[in-house]
Amino acid sequence: MLSVTEHKEIEFSSELVKQFDEIVTRYPQGKQKSALLPVLHLVQAEYGWVSPEAMDKVADYLQIKPIEVYEVATFYTMFFLRPQGKYVLEVCRTGPCCLVGAEKIMAHIEKTLGVKEGEITQDGMFSWRGVECLAACGMAPVLQIGPEYTFYENLTEESVDKLIETLRNKL
Amino acid sequence: MARKLLLENINVPGIHSFDVYRQNGGYRSVEKALKTMTPEAVVEEVKTSGLRGRGGAGFPTGMKWSFLAKPEGRERYLVCNADESEPGTFKDRYLMTHIPHLLIEGMIVASFALGAKTSYIYVRGEMMPQIRILERAIAEAKNAGFLGKNILGSGYDLELYVHPGGGAYICGEETALIESLEGKRGNPRIKPPFPAISGVWACPTVVNNVETIAAVVPIINDGGEGYAQVGIGRSTGTKLISASGNLNKPGVYEIELGLPVEEFIYSDEYCGGIANGKKLKAVVAGGSSVPILPANLILNTINGQPRLMSYESLADGGFQTGSMLGSGGFIAFDEDQCIVRNTWNFSRFYHHESCGQCSPCREGTGWMEKVLHRLEYGHGKMSDIDLLVDVSKKIEGNTICPLGDAAAWPVASAIRHFRDEFEWHVTHPKEALERNYGIANYANPLPKFEEVVGQN
Repeated sequence: MLSVTEHKEIEFSSELVKQFDEIVTRYPQGKQKSALLPVLHLVQAEYGWVSPEAMDKVADYLQIKPIEVYEVATFYTMFFLRPQGKYVLEVCRTGPCCLVGAEKIMAHIEKTLGVKEGEITQDGMFSWRGVECLAACGMAPVLQIGPEYTFYENLTEESVDKLIETLRNKL
Repeated sequence: MARKLLLENINVPGIHSFDVYRQNGGYRSVEKALKTMTPEAVVEEVKTSGLRGRGGAGFPTGMKWSFLAKPEGRERYLVCNADESEPGTFKDRYLMTHIPHLLIEGMIVASFALGAKTSYIYVRGEMMPQIRILERAIAEAKNAGFLGKNILGSGYDLELYVHPGGGAYICGEETALIESLEGKRGNPRIKPPFPAISGVWACPTVVNNVETIAAVVPIINDGGEGYAQVGIGRSTGTKLISASGNLNKPGVYEIELGLPVEEFIYSDEYCGGIANGKKLKAVVAGGSSVPILPANLILNTINGQPRLMSYESLADGGFQTGSMLGSGGFIAFDEDQCIVRNTWNFSRFYHHESCGQCSPCREGTGWMEKVLHRLEYGHGKMSDIDLLVDVSKKIEGNTICPLGDAAAWPVASAIRHFRDEFEWHVTHPKEALERNYGIANYANPLPKFEEVVGQN
């Protein structure tokens, strides 16, 4: 499961490592494993997903076993274990959003992008998936786009069209 | 206008910045606590206030604090639970977005009371914008001398950090949150030992919800007794309610505990009634985990008393005819909503979010989701309804953490109150795919108490 691509050594940039270093200082000495979640978020922001090679590198950096990284990265749903589209539209699919039309929004996104949940558009620009409650039920339906996790609220089919169009034209 | 203790200044332009927040009376409680009070006195004020945990369980905060072990030479930690993930709840996001310094101020006072020198705010990973807001606010507070070494010359040191989660509902459970903060999977721990004795890195730890921490600020400013005068009975103070679903004005409202539910739903000061002129069918009053109630039982208790927004009144009638205040996630369903579909949706949520540690929850949530799916899609059998009740009973109380209960209650309560709608899905499978059951008798005058008890 963890080897979906050919194994290639990667090197974290010095800027990235500098950010890791700062995060580690937030926890007591010897408890650097606590930095794992924030570090994985930075890795995903940099590469778009968390590859097995990146996980091994993180394990090296935090001086923990690779399995300790794998078990965490596979537990938390925010981490992508496969490459994704440049923009991943994550639509809330839980109760309160569905009361006001989240299912229609997801069907519309599937139709507009022409790919099923979890697949990537041919141009590599988009993928989408339903996610569980995003704690924005009063502004439902909502979707988020990483790595900034910008929120788009009170969605309609028109506003989704406009959003996709804007992202497509963005350089 | 009702009294506001947390969101009084929410509409002041620029209140998210330190300067404006300070000009509007911000950080007074830090000055008062650090300069004029002992840590024990702060704990006593919180006890006097009657403040109860706002994350859902409603445990008295002062008592939780007084349980904290204080062994010599060991660090103690305060961790704020900002892993807001309960479906229907979005009050903490609102508070952190618009008035972040209220949380920081509360964290400083609470950390002082507990003797913590390092504290963490565990924010759910999806709230990256809020993480940036908090980090900026922490830097501003530090710059102004409210964080760091020797705060306000009191000799008290405190460092405050934000820790992002990874999108797991289970990390809202305090021992799972602690595991997650340690860089592990969010598997809840067996208690005892409780976090107050052995929490993060095996040190004594208190975990409190964002709103609970924020409420410490008015408690210190006005005194515990002043706070206790707001609210009703043992439900003291104000509560943030996240209103969602088919309402005219969904959003976050600060209410004085004891407000009638009917006023909250229909008055223009709050939700302004049901959207599109429709009728109310049902309400989940405290986040998806609490029992769902039909319209008649949410507006009045079984004894015909008006139902109030308070811990006691919402629980009036127990699980037979009552519910819980929970986290204050108030979800309203109009007459066009299908209870079976919604119950299936919630079951899918709990199945997805079960950590997988305990078999009853890991397997039971999956079976409930499957059975509900076939009922919703017209392949159900009449025996499925009792099967669901049976599965829910086998999960409830048989798991390490309350996620099992939280998964079982919505299913059990939906069947308890809406059994006719489940049966209609079995007897009219094709029709159920094309239209909803409608409001039926759920908004009718209440049946006699004996009838309801007799059915269950």
